[in-house]
Amino acid sequence: MSWINKTVTSSIGRKVIMSVTGLFLCSFLVVHLIGNLQLFKGDGGLAFNTYSHFMSTNPLIRVAEIILVAGFGFHIYESFVLTRRNQAARGNQKYVVDNIGQNSDWKSRNMGLLGSIILVFLIVHLYNFYYRFHYEPLPFDSQNNKNLYGVVMTSFQTWWYVLLYVLAQVALCYHLLHGFASGFQTLGLNHRKYTPVIKIVGYAFSIIVCAGFAAMPLYFFIFKS
Amino acid sequence: MAGSNPNAKPMNLTLRVWRQKNRTTAGKIVDYQVRDISPEMSFLEMLDVLNEDLLRKGEEPVAFDHDCREGICGSCNLFINGRAHGPEAGTTTCQLHMRKFSDGDTITIEPWRSTAFPINKDLSVDRSAFDRIIQAGGYVSVNTGGAPDGNEIPIPKEIADRAFEAATCIACGACVASCKNSSAMLFVSAKVSQLALLPQGHVERKTRVENMVAQMDKEGFGACSNIGSCAAECPVGISLENIAILNREFLSAKATSNNLA
Ligand code: HEM
Ligand code: SF4
Ligand code: FES
Repeated sequence: MSWINKTVTSSIGRKVIMSVTGLFLCSFLVVHLIGNLQLFKGDGGLAFNTYSHFMSTNPLIRVAEIILVAGFGFHIYESFVLTRRNQAARGNQKYVVDNIGQNSDWKSRNMGLLGSIILVFLIVHLYNFYYRFHYEPLPFDSQNNKNLYGVVMTSFQTWWYVLLYVLAQVALCYHLLHGFASGFQTLGLNHRKYTPVIKIVGYAFSIIVCAGFAAMPLYFFIFKS
Repeated sequence: MAGSNPNAKPMNLTLRVWRQKNRTTAGKIVDYQVRDISPEMSFLEMLDVLNEDLLRKGEEPVAFDHDCREGICGSCNLFINGRAHGPEAGTTTCQLHMRKFSDGDTITIEPWRSTAFPINKDLSVDRSAFDRIIQAGGYVSVNTGGAPDGNEIPIPKEIADRAFEAATCIACGACVASCKNSSAMLFVSAKVSQLALLPQGHVERKTRVENMVAQMDKEGFGACSNIGSCAAECPVGISLENIAILNREFLSAKATSNNLA
């Protein structure tokens, strides 16, 4: 099956993997955001804990989780391969004077940097809310669900965690301000009628989703601590 | 001089030029002064003045590529003050005029930088990687014989125009030079979409895109991050839409061609 191998290891093939996984991760962000909005319910976390229990026990969700991990895995792996190749293509001698800022956007040139900030956040985030939820003894709430809400509360009252969280959302926002529309272009979905719409939707998506995520730690830090 | 501008004052400039003996030695920036440059000169004529000065002093002139000097051959490739073909959009270096600069300016001049474009000498790079990509599939095979009748194959005007737009690529390599990834996607996409749009190109449609992309990767060009520097610096305005067409052509060829290798 060498044609498959050649397709997925070609420069375009690798970019298509970035794009498909990236756009898939965008769909995950929507689900994740909507679920987490239950933090704002003001019921002491009962709804959020029930939701967390459901998400960690439902077999369909567990399968989705494996696909999600694979999505992140491929996205991150290809991002490293592509970034290193792209750097090598320029060679060791860089331009002595480079005014690339006059012909392109900062965010589009720094997807690797922005992605790396997201990755650092992701590791801390998974340890705090995933690892501890699954593998550490947590107290139970009045409905006998593990009290993840309590963990969220304490985390979001810690200044450095809130700072990291907000910074990561800014990075994610910039990542998507370029990435969302870029993902469509990579798939060849460029059309005079639809590309301007995709760009506007991408901007709105990036800002709404990231502002939504950033609002959670800020809300708890400012109003609940 | 007929038609010359009497208000055009001659300029004195500092040039910071990349000098490099050959492919294997290290290069460096060397500073030169040029005097009495007319704002009406082209950038290449200004370099001619520098080289005459150098020859008079018994020094080695600066090597740079040029041929037509009318914006069609794509050989006059210089990275000027951090921009491919200089600060003006939509022009080749030979069509850039000194009136875009001011007296006392310092101008840094470098060669295209890409591992796929090794430096021959000074500002001249070897762009034969582009030739090999075209040889891999950027052509249509036509059987010899009687000349076909005009308009024998009907092509809608809109399609002909779009194909022509893509065909205006002069293979200068500014897209590679300006891209942070030294990607050749804009160049390759121009040829692939030109020939994919036209019926004459359909015979070799699938093998063309497969082979051209394989050669592009083999030459060591980077991948496309959809940054857009290439299209912004392209002297003939090849658009990013072509890269989307290239990706579509590539994916559909990979999915449907009979090539298992
Ligand atoms: C929820 C998290 C993430 C989402 C939703 C996301 C989404 C995207 C999207 C849609 C693209 C555009 C793909 C294209 O241009 O075709 C992209 C590109 C990219 N992503 Fe992510 N990403 C995420 C996390 C990450 C992480 C953790 C990294 C790296 C450690 C990363 C590195 C990159 C890089 C380097 C590119 C640009 C690749 C290129 O154009 O050469 N991303 N991302
Ligand atoms: S696409 Fe534009 S910049 Fe690239 S080689 Fe062709 S003419 Fe030059
Ligand atoms: S010398 Fe031919 S395009 Fe400039």
